[in-house]
Amino acid sequence: MGRQEFEVDWAKDVHDALDEFGITQVGYVPDGGMKNVISYCSDNPRMFTIPLASEEEGPCLAAGAWLGGKKAALVMQSTGIGNCINTLSMIEVCQFPCLVLISHRASWSEGNRWQVPMGQRGPDYFKLAGFHVHFVDRGEDAGVTVSAAANQAYNTLNGVGVFFSQRVMGVKQFL
Amino acid sequence: MIVESDGKLARREVVKRILEGRDDQPVITGLSIATYDSVAARDANHPLVFNMHGALGGAPMLGLGFALAQPKLRSLTLMGDFDAVMGMRALVTIATQMPKNLSIAVFDNGICSETGGQVSPTAGQTGVELADVAKAAKWPLAYTVSGESQLEQAVDDLFNAEGPVFVNFKVSGINPGPVPKSRDGTWMKLRFRKALLGTE
Repeated sequence: MGRQEFEVDWAKDVHDALDEFGITQVGYVPDGGMKNVISYCSDNPRMFTIPLASEEEGPCLAAGAWLGGKKAALVMQSTGIGNCINTLSMIEVCQFPCLVLISHRASWSEGNRWQVPMGQRGPDYFKLAGFHVHFVDRGEDAGVTVSAAANQAYNTLNGVGVFFSQRVMGVKQFL
Repeated sequence: MIVESDGKLARREVVKRILEGRDDQPVITGLSIATYDSVAARDANHPLVFNMHGALGGAPMLGLGFALAQPKLRSLTLMGDFDAVMGMRALVTIATQMPKNLSIAVFDNGICSETGGQVSPTAGQTGVELADVAKAAKWPLAYTVSGESQLEQAVDDLFNAEGPVFVNFKVSGINPGPVPKSRDGTWMKLRFRKALLGTE
């Protein structure tokens, strides 16, 4: 799969931030907005990229990686947040570090009503699950925000979610 | 005795046999009796065990994260049958990575004894055969153990066969009961990491 062209290659900045931080496992649920991030990570021989059958698997993957002394990051769409509330709670209970990058549907010019409930309330659900929340509204901020979020997750031993606006990733077009 | 009075394998004895002489083996478990089996097999103070007391179905993915993080060690996950049913999707996810060092042992008694003995989808003639699910997901080694005669081979496979390995032990529904242990996940995590990595 080719990569989409952007004025600012924010996805490469995100990948570079993950790589520099020593993230070696990237669990993801396939997602159009984060396509380039997944692609850069898949091309990196230092990273395992793991397609998840459901978002709820992600926090468990991160926990297992940490028990083994390695760092993981998760990539998912806001739609999947409801699928992982229970396993996000394990992150809080056990103080596992957990970095989640979220493709934030309904953040900007959403065209699909079905994406709105999880998209609009996603950050609140994350907070209710004990996670810290950051937002990326401009491509230029993507790398530094992921870097800061990774530091926060792994130094405070907490869950941290980074929500990427569709202003950055592009808006999914519908007929 | 490795066989209960009903003629079926005694899960706690099987877990003891699996972990016998393997004090260096890290162990991840799912919920309920599997946690108590893992503690009874060694000692409540044994550090290389991480027991889940929530997030049902999540244990196989902890096993995968660990397997990828520590390719030179064996990733061993023990869990009950309903836990495995809830985490069944992970058999597909694990198959995308085919970690050679990952093994899952399921203890299938056909009931959910922790919650009052409700019938599990694995029970009886019409029940789903979990090892067949792993086979369908193309795991290179996946089979069911129903008697003592298969036990030695199964234990050997869990540690030495090229994985991912899935062994479903059909065990007695007789519940050997809980043993005293901590349910503090943070503490178990720190203890595990300290013993394995030398750092918390």
